[in-house]
Amino acid sequence: MSAEPGTPNSVVVDRVSKVFNPGTSGEVEALTDIELTVTKGEFVSLIGPSGCGKSTLLRLIGNLIEPTAGTVLVNGKSAAQARLDQEYGMAFQQAGLFEWRTVARNIELPLELKGWDKARRRERAGQMLDLVQLSDFARHMPWQLSGGMQQRVAIARALAADPPLLLMDEPFGALDEMTREHMQAELLRIRSITGTSVVFVTHSIPEAVYLSDRVVVMSPRPGRITDVVDVALGARRSEDTREDATFFAKITEVREALRRVEGHVPVRGGVDDR
Amino acid sequence: MIRRALRRTVLFAIALVLVACVWELWKLIAPAPGALVPRTDDRSMPHVWDIVRRLGDPERRGLDEPIWRTVLGYAWNTGKLALGGFALGGVVGIFLAVVMARWRVAERALLPWVIMSQTVPLIALAPQVISWSGRLSIGGWEWPRWLSVCVLAAFLAFFPIAVGTLRGLKSAPSAALELMDSYAASWWRTLVKLRFPAAVPYMVPAFKLAATLSVVGVIVAEISIGQSNGIGRAVISYLQTGSGDPAKIYAAVFGAALLGMALYGLVVLADTVVTRNRPKEGIT
Amino acid sequence: MNARRVVAVVLPPLVLGVAAVAAWELLVQLLDLKPYFLPSPSSIADAFSGNVDRIWSAVRVSGTNALIGLLGGVVLGVAVSFLLMRFDLLNELANPMAVALNAVPIVVVVSIFQNWYPSTSEMPRRLIVAVVVYFIVLVNVSKGLRGVHATHLELLRSLAASPWAVLVKARIPNAVPFLFTALKIAAPTAVITAFVAEYFGGRQNGLGYFIPSNFAGSKNAMAWAYVLGACALGLAFYLISILLERLINKQSGPRPGGA
Repeated sequence: MSAEPGTPNSVVVDRVSKVFNPGTSGEVEALTDIELTVTKGEFVSLIGPSGCGKSTLLRLIGNLIEPTAGTVLVNGKSAAQARLDQEYGMAFQQAGLFEWRTVARNIELPLELKGWDKARRRERAGQMLDLVQLSDFARHMPWQLSGGMQQRVAIARALAADPPLLLMDEPFGALDEMTREHMQAELLRIRSITGTSVVFVTHSIPEAVYLSDRVVVMSPRPGRITDVVDVALGARRSEDTREDATFFAKITEVREALRRVEGHVPVRGGVDDR
Repeated sequence: MIRRALRRTVLFAIALVLVACVWELWKLIAPAPGALVPRTDDRSMPHVWDIVRRLGDPERRGLDEPIWRTVLGYAWNTGKLALGGFALGGVVGIFLAVVMARWRVAERALLPWVIMSQTVPLIALAPQVISWSGRLSIGGWEWPRWLSVCVLAAFLAFFPIAVGTLRGLKSAPSAALELMDSYAASWWRTLVKLRFPAAVPYMVPAFKLAATLSVVGVIVAEISIGQSNGIGRAVISYLQTGSGDPAKIYAAVFGAALLGMALYGLVVLADTVVTRNRPKEGIT
Repeated sequence: MNARRVVAVVLPPLVLGVAAVAAWELLVQLLDLKPYFLPSPSSIADAFSGNVDRIWSAVRVSGTNALIGLLGGVVLGVAVSFLLMRFDLLNELANPMAVALNAVPIVVVVSIFQNWYPSTSEMPRRLIVAVVVYFIVLVNVSKGLRGVHATHLELLRSLAASPWAVLVKARIPNAVPFLFTALKIAAPTAVITAFVAEYFGGRQNGLGYFIPSNFAGSKNAMAWAYVLGACALGLAFYLISILLERLINKQSGPRPGGA
């Protein structure tokens, strides 16, 4: 889990702020003075009440929007360069598959944009389908798949180009509880094979604790990081982990951190000083 | 909202100027007329300034009123009939839509014929319907000529209204329908309180289309009759004198365009009022 | 589609149609309506069977005009919608113009086109059909090109896709059902527009000429026989466009956007 010397950190967010509609009556201070570092191979969750800016932060990392102040580095490059070099994959709450393409062709999309030739794309898509265990559905259309299966395809697509970083915005939010838990295990399993770093936005405390190495707690108005909880559950997690005493303890820790946010009780610093 | 309207008006004016420029440019550089290329001499394609100037001259020598005013008068007459046809088409269209929404059998039986009705060219119906005036009387009441014109306009208008309203009535979300069921509301109460409000976003574009179609219907009917005091009459007579006075027909064109836009604008106004509390939708 | 479904779909309109025709015939007989007032279905059937050749040749003329205008209008409409997609300002200029032009009944514009070509040319009719079809296609295809789901656009941005890639991979596939919606409206409209154009002069060879001229000569049953041909033509165009839509959609399955 610790970074090898010389490998750039996956994400470095340095004193980043984001203001929407500056200077107008609709001005919103979405994020203030955010500092966050994600090391290579680390799984970090962003959690907090509505309006705390977690989705905004994710989109800043992905260079889908620009910060008003501060810098974002991804894999040692600027976020913009990282996006142009396609150094990360993204998954959204809606699977967002193109309904006119087959499952396999959906997975091939990032590869097409990278200019891979047909044979190579076909092969890669096959590998990714094996990875998410949907090989039998290569020629199906998205509308023929359940919500959970569509999300697996979306994850396969996000990983198709083997990016070192994965950005996920509540990808399991639209799924039922049982499918959710299954997908969480799937994600961890896939990750143990690929070693990808992940920044994961979620509303669910158990989900955040189950998946992450660290849970970043955020609060709104203005959006900032108020707490970081180290989830010391080790690298190998399984269904038994959900029954583990440490698991429940960590959930309580995160929950209390969130309560502190809402109750405006004095919080521990706003800086992640790793 | 006023700023937006202002912007639209300015852009429209610019667009008009651009069209005029393209018109003149084409006259200048167009190749020799042939099978595909239209004639561009001054008789077939008058200069823009000739067209504009003609608007100020009277319809015929000896009359006082400038033609643009005469045409506006025609447009008003046509407009009244178009409104009548529009209203009639609206009533019939909504009635059919409600019947089809209520009974699936009715939908399956009627809808194909509703669609097919549009394959009958209006020019075919016009003479038939017009011939009823002066010959049809029920009791002591005689079928007036203007009613024929309204019926013809309604024939064009009812189709988009029927189809659009039907789609809208069926668009109510099932969760909302189940809610009304839980209140033991009758189908008709559900119609008034749920289906119709839900149908409004579908009915608006349908009514917009129907408005312009009503104008077309009346004009075609007027032309079929060959005699009236509307735009249709203007079109016929200006066409007849066309070779001698090529710019004249454009007065009728502008009049027709204005009328169509006016009716369309009425629908837009009604839409703004009816949907003022709804979230604004946009095409991304 | 099994037999039961076919019956359920075809039977009600068929029954209604037969009933209506029967009522019509009865009405004419009972009230002894003169043919110049309202001809009976039986007399129309006679007129039709007796003149199939003439009706067919008129149908051919109108059909060709409609088809050529339809193709021209579709091509132009698609091309311009791409252009407007690319240049937003053009779009804002074109929009109010389009509303105004649409408001001018084609019947009036046809007369202007008539002046532009020799009197034996079929071009004015084809031109006006193309113009009408162009507007229908433009409105719908533009909606399809613009209305791409926000999530798709975000995804493509995260993949650093160029505007061209976005066009090819997302906007065009999204617009295809809209094109077919347009086609389903434009095809029968093209036919009717061809009739109206034929009404306004030029060669006396299309349905738009024969129908009014027969009415003018009080040969109502004959006129209605031509009308039957016209309906058949319009129906044929509509059915072909539905067929085309089914063919293309067989691969992509049911999708939003189509009517």
